[in-house]
Amino acid sequence: MNVLRVENLRFAYDREPVLQGVNLEVDAHEFVAVIGPNGGGKSTLLKLIMGELLPDEGSITVLGKSPRQAREAIGYVPQNTNVNLDFPIRVLDVVMMGNPKQHREAANWWERLFPVRYNSVEKRCAYTTLQKVGMEAYLDRRIGELSGGQRQRVMIARALCAHPKLLILDEPTSSIDIEGQKQIYALLKELSRDLTVLVVSHDLSVITEYADKAVYINRSSYTHDLRRSPIHLQQPEGEHFCEIELMQMLAEKTCDCEHHAGKKEKH
Amino acid sequence: MEILHYTFMQNALIAGILVSLVAGIIGSLIVVNRLVFLTGGVAHSSYGGIGMAIYFGLPIFLGASLFTVAVALLLAWLTFKKRHLSDTYIGLIWAVGMAIGVIFVDLTPGYNTDLMSYLFGSILAVQHSDLWFMGALLAVVLFTVHHWYRELLAISYDSDYAALRGIPTGRFYTLLLILSALTVVVAIKVVGLILVLALMTIPTHIASHRSSTLYGMMMLSALFAAFFTLAGLWLSYRYDLTSGACIILAAAAGLVLESLWRLSQKG
Repeated sequence: MNVLRVENLRFAYDREPVLQGVNLEVDAHEFVAVIGPNGGGKSTLLKLIMGELLPDEGSITVLGKSPRQAREAIGYVPQNTNVNLDFPIRVLDVVMMGNPKQHREAANWWERLFPVRYNSVEKRCAYTTLQKVGMEAYLDRRIGELSGGQRQRVMIARALCAHPKLLILDEPTSSIDIEGQKQIYALLKELSRDLTVLVVSHDLSVITEYADKAVYINRSSYTHDLRRSPIHLQQPEGEHFCEIELMQMLAEKTCDCEHHAGKKEKH
Repeated sequence: MEILHYTFMQNALIAGILVSLVAGIIGSLIVVNRLVFLTGGVAHSSYGGIGMAIYFGLPIFLGASLFTVAVALLLAWLTFKKRHLSDTYIGLIWAVGMAIGVIFVDLTPGYNTDLMSYLFGSILAVQHSDLWFMGALLAVVLFTVHHWYRELLAISYDSDYAALRGIPTGRFYTLLLILSALTVVVAIKVVGLILVLALMTIPTHIASHRSSTLYGMMMLSALFAAFFTLAGLWLSYRYDLTSGACIILAAAAGLVLESLWRLSQKG
């Protein structure tokens, strides 16, 4: 069974569709990179996969269920830029965030009286999750004191704390230095041994070095299996130039797909 | 110490402390949720409730509470999904609420009460019944914040993530606005509807630099607010000045001193 299956998806905010004829299959333990131009529908696709929006046509299933039914199985890491650095909050609070119902169910009556405190089980869970991302030494540090890369590791730990089967990351390395980006992707690659990772990124190294599949989204979709035919960038001089070149190549393949799909429909 | 023998002064002190504790706790939530302007709109529109209560011969607290809670519900409904339009709605409700108050006071035959007391507070005129209302609100605020601390923390820090984890963000947003509205109503007696925002934000701003958790910020902010209120009351009694203005200036002086101290530590 696919972890994620998107079939002939169509979605429009108004009349003009943002996504049309999008197909995607993601198997367990795959590391999938979603790329495409701004306004191409990447963020909309993420919202649909997470159940925040409903498709107009087609279907999305996560572990065989609708996205809303599978909500507990989806972990989400937002863009690095969305964090309020002045917010008085510790790493421990961020990692444990979003599980109040589970806390009430698991806690005894005394612990339920003091939801502000974390019990030993919760602290251990936070510690072991932070260990996975190499941030266990920062448990009591204020989040605003951390670097961009460290904050993003904490956000990944927060998503992992809910034990997801599918981890979705929206441009996790924006505003992080190159070394930090490499570390984050290496970490995600390692995590994909235990779960499935879907990452939206503008960083090409994720496609050339880490991902198993690249999904190009620009209204419709094209999936490129990087394990069968890896992409090697031939122009190391300018990253921007390389990105455009790669996008053009994938866009041409997307057009071919649309052309074939159109022919099939006619037949 | 002879001032403590007067009943009106005893009431003023108790009212000051009760309202400061509520303002410190709710003020922290308002600041971290970036709802200061919205609360300003609710505070000023409460004048509509005061005017209507005077016209219909209702207790001022009751009239103002019902009106401001209705305004808070309306604003919650209007702004939850359309945050980008918040400014327009807030400005509208701010002005319309005050206009309603002015018209109803105009229509009240023979009405000649000092309206300045509602704008700038009249803590020395606090009655026993007012204290019960303030005490009840403090109890409600303490219970709500304590019991749903984890939910409030999650929606304040990252409402998108909270929604993804199944926390009903809309309900908590509405609850927060209702509590803000009631806080405004009780604070009108102490500092007046024009100065209420300062009591909710200055102690919070100071506390935000000295706490690493939201809970700590709320507690510290409540203590700072109580301290500034007592200092302002003493200044008001000693120099025969308007109490509400003295409280706010005491808080502002505290903010300046704290900022200078912080700057000296950095240097």
